[in-house]
Amino acid sequence: MLSIKDLHVHYGAIHAIKGVSLEVNDGEIVSLIGANGAGKTTILHTVSGLVRATSGTITYDGVNLRATAPNKIVSLGMAHVPEGRHVFSRMTVQENLRMGAYSLSNPEQVKQNIERVFKSFPRLKERARQIAGTLSGGEQQMLATGRALMADPKILLMDEPSMGLSPILVKEIFRIIETLHAKGITILLVEQNAKVALSISSRAYVLETGSIAMAGNAAELMEDDRVRKAYLGV
Amino acid sequence: MDGLTLFIQQIINGLRVGSVYALIALGYTMVYGIIRLINFAHGDFIMVGAYALFFTVPLMIAAGMPAWMAVFVAIIVCAITGVLVEKLAYRPVRAKGTNMSALITAIAMSLFLENLAQTLFGASPKQVKTIFDLPMIFGFSGNTFLTIAIGVVVMVGHSLFVKYTKAGQAMRAVSEDKSASKLMGINVNGIIALTFAIGSGLAAIASLMYVAQYNQVTNMMGSMLGLKAFVAAVLGGIGIIPGAMLGGLVIGIVESLSKAYIAPLTGGLITSAFSDAIVFSILIVVLLVKPAGIMGKNIGEKV
Ligand SMILES: Nc1ncnc2c1ncn2[C@@H]1O[C@H](COP(=O)(O)OP(=O)(O)O)[C@@H](O)[C@H]1O
Ligand SMILES: [Mg+2]
Repeated sequence: MLSIKDLHVHYGAIHAIKGVSLEVNDGEIVSLIGANGAGKTTILHTVSGLVRATSGTITYDGVNLRATAPNKIVSLGMAHVPEGRHVFSRMTVQENLRMGAYSLSNPEQVKQNIERVFKSFPRLKERARQIAGTLSGGEQQMLATGRALMADPKILLMDEPSMGLSPILVKEIFRIIETLHAKGITILLVEQNAKVALSISSRAYVLETGSIAMAGNAAELMEDDRVRKAYLGV
Repeated sequence: MDGLTLFIQQIINGLRVGSVYALIALGYTMVYGIIRLINFAHGDFIMVGAYALFFTVPLMIAAGMPAWMAVFVAIIVCAITGVLVEKLAYRPVRAKGTNMSALITAIAMSLFLENLAQTLFGASPKQVKTIFDLPMIFGFSGNTFLTIAIGVVVMVGHSLFVKYTKAGQAMRAVSEDKSASKLMGINVNGIIALTFAIGSGLAAIASLMYVAQYNQVTNMMGSMLGLKAFVAAVLGGIGIIPGAMLGGLVIGIVESLSKAYIAPLTGGLITSAFSDAIVFSILIVVLLVKPAGIMGKNIGEKV
């Protein structure tokens, strides 16, 4: 459903993405792993339209995303949970969720979606009127995820959801990702925590300084010596 | 007139002037909140609104309609001016330049509007026909109470809009985090344009309140009004909406009280002509004690 072909991205003179191609099929969890600075976030930002590509193609369900304004991309069924959560810290939990549903025009549906998110994240319901900036890191990650779900996405781009969380919370977040996947949402997962990411993915890509170094079945990559050495720390 | 009556009268006058400042200050603070720009042309939007009133009030009267309904024309003219200034001048600079070049563009837009008005309408003041003709109430002019009432209604309405409507919430989201707002599907440039439209529309209402009192329009009228409202916005905490309202009222009351009392209290040593100096001194003192303004948090958090 999401297909990237020969993507190049520059930041001024910096050639950050050098000919990346990747595919995410309906119903998959695909992870994109790589060291800090490899270009993972840049790829997600380019897909969502926050960063403009120099060349290459990005299509989603047959739509050319490079020619689509970022604010139109959500309504195509794609939502993005950004690195570092980026909740609206001066707005309440509930207001954050409403912003997630900005692309929906039916207020009834927004209400239903809020109820649904509250069901999946009871902690957010308890804190509905709390200012988001006062939530803990784990709660903010849940809020950022819940906010993305408000748009009824078919595919979710998640950028380092485990960043800065305790091991228990990392487990919790990954359990949530698996639940979402079980509900039929396709997921493109960016992680530095390769071990956990590979364990829930069907396929994975390894990104090194802007190029795909390896790609394939997640279980096989986990057995690969290079991956084990560079990303799994064994 | 006894002392207490004089004092109350000055407070009420202060609230009247203050509500004009507050509405103008809202425009400064909304624009600052959303694009971190001090829109120096904002004061001149009041002048644009005032000329719009000057031309449409007679038309309204001729058409047998209440003169104040000219404010709707003024709101539209100001909103269009604000959006055009943003689109044609600020947006291109924002995309390419630094904060400093945006600031200089804003100063340039202010001069441009003032000179344009002078070219089109001349430099001599124009008399605007009477807009409200209200009776005295408890010894105060009815206009004064009406001005305060309009100010209160507009401020309450604005607060409710920003707090509860989808567009108002999107304005807050964009002011906090533009990238995240784009990811939500918010048209960020559209929301910025809306902010300019609303801020300029409020300036048009301020024009009505001002012109209804003084009946006069000049091409430079926005510069001192704008400066004081800017002081009000900074005093309350720039970028913070309730701060702009509070700052406007405080500046209005301080100005009114200092005009009335400074000469008697200093035995005529300092005259009421110094009231502006006092207003600006208060700003300096408050900012020394609380650099982020009365309602500002000192961690740079802005709404
Ligand atoms: N806004 C930017 N301006 C300039 N360079 C950037 C910017 N964002 C990222 N980069 C550079 O692009 C490369 C890839 O960064 P990023 O996509 O954030 O990597 P990752 O998410 O894998 O850590 C890095 O070298 C980084 O320094
Ligand atoms: Mg990253």
